[in-house]
Amino acid sequence: MDSLIRTENVTKIYNPRKPDEVRALESATLNIDKGEVVVLKGPSGSGKTTLLSLIGCMGRPTSGRIVVDGRDIAKLPERFLTLIRRRTFGFIFQQFNLIRNVSVLENILLPLYPVDISFADMRLRGEKILEDLNIRDRMNTKVNKLSGGEQQRVAIARALINGPEIIIADEPTAHLDRKLSTDLLRILQDLNVSGKTVVIATHDPFVYDHPFIKRIVEMRDGRIQDIRLT
Amino acid sequence: MRKHKFFLGFTFLELLLLSTLFLYSRSTVSVLNRDEVPAKRELVRYLKLTDLSLWTEARYTRHPSQADIFTPFQDFPSSLEHFPAGSIIGPESIVLQTAITPGRP
Amino acid sequence: MRHLKILEYALSSLLRRKYRNISLIAVYALTIAILASVLFLTYSLKLEASHILIDTPDLIVQRLSAGRHDLIPMEYVKTISEIPGVGSAVPRYWGYYYDSLSHSNYTLIGIDGDIPGLSLLEGRMPSAPRECVIGAGVGSMRIVGTGDTLALINSMNTGVVFHITGTFRSVSNILTNDLIVMSSKDLVQFFDLPAGRATDIAVTIHNPNEVATIAGKIRTAHSDTRPITKSEILRTYDAVFNWRSGIMLTIFSSALIAFCILAWDKATGISAEEKHEIGILKAIGWDTADILELKFWEGIVISLTSFLLGLIAAYIHVFFLNATILSPVIKGWSVLFPAFRLTPYIDIYQIFVLAFLTVTPYVASTIIPSWKTAITDPENVMRS
Repeated sequence: MDSLIRTENVTKIYNPRKPDEVRALESATLNIDKGEVVVLKGPSGSGKTTLLSLIGCMGRPTSGRIVVDGRDIAKLPERFLTLIRRRTFGFIFQQFNLIRNVSVLENILLPLYPVDISFADMRLRGEKILEDLNIRDRMNTKVNKLSGGEQQRVAIARALINGPEIIIADEPTAHLDRKLSTDLLRILQDLNVSGKTVVIATHDPFVYDHPFIKRIVEMRDGRIQDIRLT
Repeated sequence: MRKHKFFLGFTFLELLLLSTLFLYSRSTVSVLNRDEVPAKRELVRYLKLTDLSLWTEARYTRHPSQADIFTPFQDFPSSLEHFPAGSIIGPESIVLQTAITPGRP
Repeated sequence: MRHLKILEYALSSLLRRKYRNISLIAVYALTIAILASVLFLTYSLKLEASHILIDTPDLIVQRLSAGRHDLIPMEYVKTISEIPGVGSAVPRYWGYYYDSLSHSNYTLIGIDGDIPGLSLLEGRMPSAPRECVIGAGVGSMRIVGTGDTLALINSMNTGVVFHITGTFRSVSNILTNDLIVMSSKDLVQFFDLPAGRATDIAVTIHNPNEVATIAGKIRTAHSDTRPITKSEILRTYDAVFNWRSGIMLTIFSSALIAFCILAWDKATGISAEEKHEIGILKAIGWDTADILELKFWEGIVISLTSFLLGLIAAYIHVFFLNATILSPVIKGWSVLFPAFRLTPYIDIYQIFVLAFLTVTPYVASTIIPSWKTAITDPENVMRS
């Protein structure tokens, strides 16, 4: 079966040939199938965030191939890369990265602004997702007035608004307490059950020891050390 | 999600107001050209006027077209400009004028 | 639809810093209002002058003595009349009168012969000795009108009483505000001008193309004369109301410098918060073109709104409020500055140039600092 995401000897070097050159990722080869839940596990500086961002079409590798849903993204022009990123991926960032002083609804609708759908349809979609995540009543509240758990759900709602196939989460439990972490993992599990592929970068054992994780990719010093099924 | 409608509507109103003002200008100008300007020209013609009656503080500010280069310095050659109107009247045309010679406009 | 939505987001973004942006629009609009007011005022006055002074005499011949304007001998009238191409040469009698009562200067003009009823005159022209017609400014200074008397002190320090037979209508103030018109004989007597001398000579010429030639001939015939052509008179007013000179230039450039400081402040970089926001937008699916369009809208909303508001304010200020704010600048020390309504002449070309000079740099200074961030890969957001 063709993998949904395939990386072949992917290397990423930041600031090449400069004094502050950083080899963040070295010859990473990885396949991720549709519907899988994969964790990129490793300490800070292991290259997991870099690999995650490359898989998510947030940047291009210095060398190697990345194939997402049959397309080699390394060669695509920026506009197409953005299109794939918008349609295929939903991102949950470590610090949520919500726009402060903006309402919940406006934050979650951000990915839909550059898309050709009407204001009315946009709003309907947003309200539905907020309803599903139980924060519809906070729709018009500015995000900086929300609790940590509510912000987390807004971040998830924003990641889901475009109906992506793949959810990318970078250290999603880094700033959460145990209860909120449990809630988050339950939501991700529900998303996986509904057919979404989930890729998480983390060094939190609460995440990678969770039963719904199917595969763990061990990383250290920019290299994949081990890939094992749970 | 109404802000764009408000902005576009407001901008449209501003443009409409400006267009109205400009159209008003055009119609006022043509009315004045028809009514007032010929009457003012009549005055200029019969009274042989050469200047507008704007700044009456000095001879060269009242009749700048008739003033020679020396008039602003009439008190003394190094006399500085002391009438505010003198700073509105640029010296260009007077200073740049050379003696009239035959054939030169 | 996409463009409207990005505009919607741009407006939300601007409203997040509501007070700052409203202040920015206010200052920007004020700057444009000042610039536009100067342009409207000077253009209006310039065109007014060019339209009404078109009937000024073809040539005015002055006599100079030691570089100063002196009275001209009547013999010159005959010599000038005999030059081929000259239609007529008529002496002009006029002078200045300082009124110590009102501390204002009047211009006295002497006329000869019959002048038909002028449409801008209420009453009639003087037809008998010691009669005069006055401008509205003189009337309001001395609180007199048609039918009243006007007492002036002549060169022998004697009071002379004139009977006012007419007053120029206020719509002609721009020409007649400080005028007192009397017969030439009365004026010569009043100023005690020497016999056989006039103030200058007004010359009409059959063929306008020959003005310069005839002016040259006059100078050749009388080397102490200074002929002033009609085109020179009109050019004077082009220069007078030119915004590129004098105090108008000072006002104009002060406003322009204020605007440049505003634009420079914007252009010197975007804040960390703005950079972060652009990074987030890129990460969630906005591409470079979308970000730049967002910045374009932000720039246009501020600059276009300010430009239009400034222009409307300038128009109302100049053409409905008679340039009240600028008028102390243009009035100078004139006690007798005419109260006139400016004709709303508009130069569309100037408006477009003003729009280009004010809107374009502001939009550019909004887009350009964001450019570098907009083209950066969003993975930096993941790394922040």
